[in-house]
Amino acid sequence: MKEDHQRILTRRTFLKEAIWGGCLAGLGGLVGLSWTRSTRSGTVWQIDPAKCIACGRCATHCVLQPSAVRCVHDFKMCGYCRICFGFFDPQPFAINEGAENQLCPTGALKRRFVEDPYYEYTVDEGLCIGCGRCVKGCNAFGNGSLKLQVKQDICAHCNNCSIAEVCPSGAFNRIPKAQAYLWGMER
Amino acid sequence: MKAMVIAVLTVGGLTWAVERFPPPQFESNYVRPTEVLRGPRPVIWESIDLAVLFAGLFLASLFVHKVRYRRAIFGLMIVSLLYLGFFRKGCICPVGALQNVASAVFTQGRSIPLFVVLLFVGPLLFSLFFGRVFCGAVCPLGAVQDLVVVRPLSIPGWLESIGRLAGYTYLGLAVITAAISGVFLVCRYDPFVSIFRFSGNLYILILGGCLVVIGLFVARPYCRFVCPYGMILRNLSRLARRPVTISPEDCINCGLCAAACPFGAIKGPTRPLQRAMISRFRGLFLAWLVGTIILILAGLWLGRMAGSGISRLDTTVQMAASLAKKRVGPSYIQEAVAAYLASGGSAEGLTQDAAAILARYRLGGALLGAWMGLVIGAKALAACMVRPGKDYYADPASCLACGRCFVYCPKEHLRRGDVRSDHGQN
Repeated sequence: MKEDHQRILTRRTFLKEAIWGGCLAGLGGLVGLSWTRSTRSGTVWQIDPAKCIACGRCATHCVLQPSAVRCVHDFKMCGYCRICFGFFDPQPFAINEGAENQLCPTGALKRRFVEDPYYEYTVDEGLCIGCGRCVKGCNAFGNGSLKLQVKQDICAHCNNCSIAEVCPSGAFNRIPKAQAYLWGMER
Repeated sequence: MKAMVIAVLTVGGLTWAVERFPPPQFESNYVRPTEVLRGPRPVIWESIDLAVLFAGLFLASLFVHKVRYRRAIFGLMIVSLLYLGFFRKGCICPVGALQNVASAVFTQGRSIPLFVVLLFVGPLLFSLFFGRVFCGAVCPLGAVQDLVVVRPLSIPGWLESIGRLAGYTYLGLAVITAAISGVFLVCRYDPFVSIFRFSGNLYILILGGCLVVIGLFVARPYCRFVCPYGMILRNLSRLARRPVTISPEDCINCGLCAAACPFGAIKGPTRPLQRAMISRFRGLFLAWLVGTIILILAGLWLGRMAGSGISRLDTTVQMAASLAKKRVGPSYIQEAVAAYLASGGSAEGLTQDAAAILARYRLGGALLGAWMGLVIGAKALAACMVRPGKDYYADPASCLACGRCFVYCPKEHLRRGDVRSDHGQN
């Protein structure tokens, strides 16, 4: 009886050992398989300006308040228009900087005279909430130099970005950390 | 102003960008400013996070197995909560990494940073050697719940076992949705991440709050019944080289440890079965073996049917349904359909894509069903196997390595020298 008991124990131990080894090998295999598909640098979330339709969800769905998405201005592309539809309401009362004429809900887009007939537009990052109204206007009537981008120093780098979840145009994706901003065109 | 159209190569591929107003040549000495773009955290931080995780795992193993000191384990848990939870905002998370790994392993063309793989494998590796030391002292989600264990109720073993089916289902669901659609359910419904960030989705915050309140009475409810990573850890811990022990000394069967454990992880002595019972249990075991196979087959069939329901988590499937006017999705789905069509996509293409994804979900659902059949069958089989023992021991699967029992075991006090044994001295 005693011998029998011991034999069962050994069998059980052997089985346990075998499964243990199998699990260890499995974990090793998983690392190996992932290794073949791994990238050395991490990834970050970014908006592809070529796909972005400036729907405004970036402002409302980010876990951060205000959103990590802000408007950035690509000055090299900007036409320095006198009447900028990123800045002005499509039907302004007058062509001046009065609040009633501006599109930006927080007054984050600043307009400054450069020389006739050019005006410079700059984004105040601290005021911008990433709603994308200016981006929409600039894309529709201008050069599209205003773009929504994830500010990487603000972004919490969530594993599951809650903006990407609701992005209707598939513009919100992971990209390699090395090039953390996308301009949508060659610079 | 002349309107001019210039074709420009974009990063993503060939698209047409419109440059209606050419950038002006300024006559004044105006210099174009450049936008200041600050990059993400330097890559070195990934190594630091990984080092913190592994140092935490190593220290936890040391505190649980060598030092055997509850306060040290608790201290480590707090440090880990502060670093991984509040400082890193809960997103250096092996629990969530499960989905990144599933997504990369099962889908061609998806890549994964090596650091995420190591994040996922580290705690599993430690559990094969030292039990669930990750759960006890490193996991920030566990730490939040551990802090609110005030009046834990004891839950009968069978109820706990049934409750864990939720966790196993969640695990299977998380793997198939991550593998097929890249939808990360575990992150989406991570109840404590809003607490770490002091912001986030209101409903998730409410969910987290509810779990904290439940946690006052049911110790660590997420860890025990929901956490998908915990379900893997508990099964690997069964095989641990050095499972967590209440005391290295001989047990005196006082039962204080079982009363101290808020997680019901300590099992008491069981009498060896009588001969008649042994044969009865053996019969039951064999019957359940057949039963398990039937359950797996039934699961395959049921899961295949459930597949189309699960596929609604996928954006493409939702878009196709919205396009076919079968279901009115949320507003972003309707906009997604509009954006898809506006960018030159065809309705047939979308329907075909959705059908392909649906087929994958039917397979995934069938596998999920089979998995659930296996889990239920295995639970029943385990119930037929009675492990006779004379002593109290910590069940390696359920033990979260928190070290509470160390404080209550009288033998531990003796071993430590807190109290003196007077046996044989007077």
